[in-house]
Amino acid sequence: MYLKHALRAATALTFVATAAAHAQTITIATVNNGDMIRMQGYTDNFTEATGIEVEWVTLEENVLRQRVTTDITTKGGQFDIMTIGMYETPIWGANGWLVPLDGLSDEYDVGDILPAMSGGLSHEGTLYAAPFYGESSMIMYRTDLMEKAGMEMPDAPTWEFIREAAAAMTDRDADINGICLRGKAGWGEGGAFITAMSNSFGARWFDEDWKPQFDQPEWADTLNFYVGMMNESGPAGYATNGFNENLSLFQQGKCGMWIDATVAASFVTNPTDSTVADSVGFALAPDTGLGKRSNWLWAWALAIPAGTEQADSAKQFIEWATSKDYIDLVAENEGWANVPPGARTSLYENPNYQEVPFAKMTLESILSADPNNPTVKPVPYVGIQFAAIPEFAGIATQVSQEFSAVYAGQQTVEEALAKAQAFTAEEMEAAGY
Amino acid sequence: MSRTVTTQRKSFNTAIAWVIGLLIFFPILWTILTSFKTEAQAIASPPLFLNFDWTLENYAVVQERSDYMRFLWNSVILAGGSTILGVIIAVPAAWAMAFVPSKRTKDILLWMLSTKMLPAVGVLYPIYLLFIRLGLLDSRAGLVVVLMLINLPIIVWMLYTYFREIPGEILEAARMDGATLKEEILYVLTPMAIPGIASTVLLNFILAWNEAFWTLNLTAVNAAPLTAFIASYSSPEGLFFAKLSAASTMAIAPILILGWFSQKQLVRGLTFGAVK
Repeated sequence: MYLKHALRAATALTFVATAAAHAQTITIATVNNGDMIRMQGYTDNFTEATGIEVEWVTLEENVLRQRVTTDITTKGGQFDIMTIGMYETPIWGANGWLVPLDGLSDEYDVGDILPAMSGGLSHEGTLYAAPFYGESSMIMYRTDLMEKAGMEMPDAPTWEFIREAAAAMTDRDADINGICLRGKAGWGEGGAFITAMSNSFGARWFDEDWKPQFDQPEWADTLNFYVGMMNESGPAGYATNGFNENLSLFQQGKCGMWIDATVAASFVTNPTDSTVADSVGFALAPDTGLGKRSNWLWAWALAIPAGTEQADSAKQFIEWATSKDYIDLVAENEGWANVPPGARTSLYENPNYQEVPFAKMTLESILSADPNNPTVKPVPYVGIQFAAIPEFAGIATQVSQEFSAVYAGQQTVEEALAKAQAFTAEEMEAAGY
Repeated sequence: MSRTVTTQRKSFNTAIAWVIGLLIFFPILWTILTSFKTEAQAIASPPLFLNFDWTLENYAVVQERSDYMRFLWNSVILAGGSTILGVIIAVPAAWAMAFVPSKRTKDILLWMLSTKMLPAVGVLYPIYLLFIRLGLLDSRAGLVVVLMLINLPIIVWMLYTYFREIPGEILEAARMDGATLKEEILYVLTPMAIPGIASTVLLNFILAWNEAFWTLNLTAVNAAPLTAFIASYSSPEGLFFAKLSAASTMAIAPILILGWFSQKQLVRGLTFGAVK
């Protein structure tokens, strides 16, 4: 009898011990980029401090998006932490799919997160994801080519200046294109760029009644300007160029200017990979004098899906990975230029970081982006290079395909805008707007 | 009367075959070469063919960052398991269709093939929900079944085609000699169809090895195969082509080696019955 009880107790203890051991391993889905990979390298520090093991599932951005969306909508429970962006966070938070990040410790100092970031990662004032790094977009330009063209880049240029400078810097014989911009189809690729650019031309995706606005002159102005400038001074085949293609061109000295994510600054100024590392300058993304610049705002952030059974361990990891101490850890081992940027105010107050050449312009770009008031005319949505509604990704991918067809010379601006208007109106109506 | 082929014609044909072969192989060759370059050399323009400083650094980084053996082992289990299971189910099915066909056999065959025409993403959610209910998410057993089901129409079709080439009289003779159905399939039909079965096994092993939709969507850590390993090196923000190439080379190496050593069997099986 005693033996039976003892066996039962031992079995129960074994189950408890096994469960406890399992509870100490969290699984994180993330994207493959420099900062995230670097974080994986420091995971042992977290495990040593907390005893919590970490399993990583690293995926390409589009695959990750599909994967985590499938999992969270079906409550699959495959991940304890998901790396998501500013587009998903407010939508998922509103749906109750994410664990609110309240009750963070005093040392974490949640008030130190840049307001633009915490605002974009919240729903109705509740933070649902902590920014690991944030970015805006800005102009990266070749100081030597600008000087050779006899021009000087202002800190906050207009699109007219950029077009003029691009033409002056272009040297087809030397294989130098005055300007490189995204044209690749995809809402997060060329679609993100042209939407941010259109904001500065006074365009918007929807009016206050959710009616698509592609039939308005501001969109035609945006596209005509973009196509005209790129045909004059852009690289051949720009319709298929995204971030990586332009990064490659810029690093090889084939672009006079490149307007793209602020995180690219650390790549183009890295002498190991960039042939022009010592002659890169930075400026704010251009405007047309209407009061909005053409820069976007984005953050890769860590969120806890509501289905996880290890919310406490997950929250501990998020506190560690997005803390000031983590930034210090990376700075100590790999230098200040390699710390995750764009998330915390204190980073930009740090004298060491202020010496990094792109720090000031990155901060100014982030601060000048307002996702709650992104356009010249009023809009019913939040988001600068996107509208934070579930239907946007599908619609914007289709619209950007139409725009890319214009860049490739397969149709006119008018044709593309008419198709975009019709398609978007149909989808929005079907969605009940 | 046999046709005379001149030496000149033979040389020409050989040269054309080599050009086509090299064209098909070039992307793989380029991936392998890129894996030995630095990231800067990988994007150099004009591209560097052989004149670069060869480095093993990318392989070292990949090896350090990922547990390659775990992904490899999962790939072997998933591809091997699904192929074996598929063949076990498909041999009797193909036997029935080839030797005791009904009025609807052709329709069934076409219907089976038509399931391959459905975009996989169309059934992602139902399958995902089913896996959650059955506790099969991120399990090798679940994926073996899914991969087997995906490739089953191809296995059945291939085996059916091979079996049709075998004279039914031989099987009849075996039956008259007292062979049971099991013995007929195992000891008479299977040995005669070995080249066909071998090429079917190889082709389906390769298809299962390369399958990237379900293996990415239904796995996380425990069952993730080499497709997930490659996907973890693809980056939309940052140029990591050399590392991606190293990961790709490591992922395709086992299947390339397998294909190389079994090419005779594969060609023999694929051309089985083509020449009478």
